[in-house]
Amino acid sequence: MTSKLGLDPAVVREARELARKAGEPITEMARTHSTVSVERAVLRLAGLTGADGDGMPWVNRLTDAVRDGVGLEHGVALPVWHALAASGHHDLRRLAEAAAAGTVAFRLPAGSDARVAREAAAQAVRKGFAAIDGQRAQRSRMIAATADPAKPWIYLIVATGDIYEDIPQAQAAAREGADIIAVIRSTGQSLLDYVPEGATREGYAGTYATQENFRLMRAALDETSRELGRYVRLTNYASGLCMPEIAALAGLERLDMMLNDCMYGIIFRDINPRRTFIDQRFSRQVHARAGIVINTGEDNYLTTADAVDAAHTVVVSQLLNEYFGQEAGLADAQLGLGHAFEINPAVPDSFLLELAHAQLVRELFPDAPLKYMPPTKHMTGNVFAGYLLDAFFNLCGLMTDQSILLIGMMTEGIHTPFLSDRDLALENVRYVRAAAGRLGESFRPEPDGFVATRAREVLGEATGLLRRICGEGLLRAIADGTFGVTRRPPDGGRGLDGVVVKAPAYWNPAADILDHPEQNPAVSPPTRTPEPVEAP
Amino acid sequence: MKSDLIRPYGDTTGDGRVQVSFTLPVPFGSETERARAEGAALQLAGKMGLDPAMVVHAKGIGPDFTFFIVYGRVGHLVDMSAVTVAERAFPLLSAQEVNLRIRSALGRKFVVVGACIGTDAHTVGIDAILNVKGHAGEKGLEYYREMRVVNMGAQVGVPDLVARARAEGADAVLVSQVVTQRDAHLSNARDMAGAFRDAYLSGGRPVLVVGGPRFDPSAATALGVDAIFGRGTTPREVASYLASTLDLEPAHA
Repeated sequence: MTSKLGLDPAVVREARELARKAGEPITEMARTHSTVSVERAVLRLAGLTGADGDGMPWVNRLTDAVRDGVGLEHGVALPVWHALAASGHHDLRRLAEAAAAGTVAFRLPAGSDARVAREAAAQAVRKGFAAIDGQRAQRSRMIAATADPAKPWIYLIVATGDIYEDIPQAQAAAREGADIIAVIRSTGQSLLDYVPEGATREGYAGTYATQENFRLMRAALDETSRELGRYVRLTNYASGLCMPEIAALAGLERLDMMLNDCMYGIIFRDINPRRTFIDQRFSRQVHARAGIVINTGEDNYLTTADAVDAAHTVVVSQLLNEYFGQEAGLADAQLGLGHAFEINPAVPDSFLLELAHAQLVRELFPDAPLKYMPPTKHMTGNVFAGYLLDAFFNLCGLMTDQSILLIGMMTEGIHTPFLSDRDLALENVRYVRAAAGRLGESFRPEPDGFVATRAREVLGEATGLLRRICGEGLLRAIADGTFGVTRRPPDGGRGLDGVVVKAPAYWNPAADILDHPEQNPAVSPPTRTPEPVEAP
Repeated sequence: MKSDLIRPYGDTTGDGRVQVSFTLPVPFGSETERARAEGAALQLAGKMGLDPAMVVHAKGIGPDFTFFIVYGRVGHLVDMSAVTVAERAFPLLSAQEVNLRIRSALGRKFVVVGACIGTDAHTVGIDAILNVKGHAGEKGLEYYREMRVVNMGAQVGVPDLVARARAEGADAVLVSQVVTQRDAHLSNARDMAGAFRDAYLSGGRPVLVVGGPRFDPSAATALGVDAIFGRGTTPREVASYLASTLDLEPAHA
């Protein structure tokens, strides 16, 4: 792609190099630490499901018991599979029940005991990855049997709190033109240190992310995909205290996209920075394996910071998300980097500024399926003006070739969208697409004009900020309030108590596979029999 | 003399013209269905007091719903003499004036503890009021030299909030609530107010302020708090209010 903005390739290279330098110490920390959620994800991949009478998942019970017994510094796998062999339970669920009742004495096996435990754990976890590989293959088959919609993909949200209400709403939205359905998560969930179980009918401003809810929605959208002859993708949220586990569940249930930002939990949910980065790396490795596209959350920075002043922080975060994503094994086509149309419409030339920012991101990440978010901060309650602003957002998205358009609602900030709000929003994007969908090919900003100059200015500021971050360290920069104007110290926030330093003999059968994908290629036959796919 | 009685204004005084839009769960397919759908919309408009009413737009949404835009004339009169509003009971001050008032009334920094309580994880509101960056072009309370701000962040339990307020010697507690499903913002605010009442039986209770887009600013007494700030509140308004409480009862006994 030739640059419409006249970006200097040397500056772009430098920005990437700086992001890598800023991220490498964080990656090193993530490699040398584990968390309770990483360890619970291992148990989930090995097939441990269900919860006790209080709704606390057995993976939590078992992990906590191991932690109380021998600590987590060596990982859960060796103590758990050793106990499994020694106790004669031969079943993770029964072992978890016994462990929760306090009748299992865990210890770290050595010698031949360790070898036996290792082999059994590796075998159990391989089954989980085989299921994820099978779902990835099933996605390809579904897309081949239906059709892959043209970009930009239209992204719509459902958020009733009740999965059985979400399903017909999601199917209706797909019929009306949505290519991607996102089920907004219950607002409390990001700070829960466990993943709720089962189908859920109550949530706050959203629906809980559970394995069963994932399964129900994917099955419903498969049905609708066949009906429409178009593969409808499903999105949920990994961000929060349980990123690794939710990533595993998403892979097992064939979600297609997951919100997974490197700093969102830190900045906006006050989750401990170390915990977030460690969890994030493992979760992204799982997404890479599952063929899931991540969505990053840079749009959020602009809801607290000014969208003009802070434009470069979005670019910095995107470059960091790209580095962390690639390091975790994600392909460029799996990097749904986020940004947003949030400039105050009262600012002169606001649309030109939006064009500059959107085109800059497009050119910096030519192969990434960019996710473009509609205005929220300046949606004032004047629904008529809001509808106009959403049309300009749609126009900007189409002109700059954004890949995923989250459709703006004119009632943003007033209530969860009415049926009619969603319908009007789709009418808006359909009009703009039909009327001006090809405008991008004729859009050639003057090399020294306002748009191109502004884009180069933002890139320059981003490079400057990255230099500063490299100097002081990323954790320090986050503590200083660099992103989203919110200060988050490295030892503050929730979840730090769930972080452990890996002992030299730490072992994790899932990490073994994820760290060496070339030695552990995907297996083709799925362990779960897929539903028959009919020709459209 | 201008009358206290008014009607909506379309393009002529007293014409009473308004616009509404709504969706009905009726199909909009066949000609008969369309006629019945418009009839249903007109019936609703009539019951809402629109007479005459005109359906200017109707569109099927999926197989089972129809969206309508209706214009009509309402006969209702608005009596301006019977309109009541909660007037702002305190003067809007500049940051310097707020700082000056704190210095002269307290001789020390004014301590603000802020949090989102309950399951609400949306810190955007409290951050907009507390962060230096502020909101709507105004700097947040952290910017006020004579204030010390403790932002506890999201999903803080009420007991933790009370304990922290005590430990910090809070002069004011700010609670933000964005999520309103099942009126969670109201019950959370009441719980919080009750807990502070119980914890400060012997006096010295901090000023309790709640804020969020869906609160009714005139409901402070009903919720047991000292003030409520709604949508569009700026940090300066909150700072001015906090400064105004110092005049009345510096110790909040």
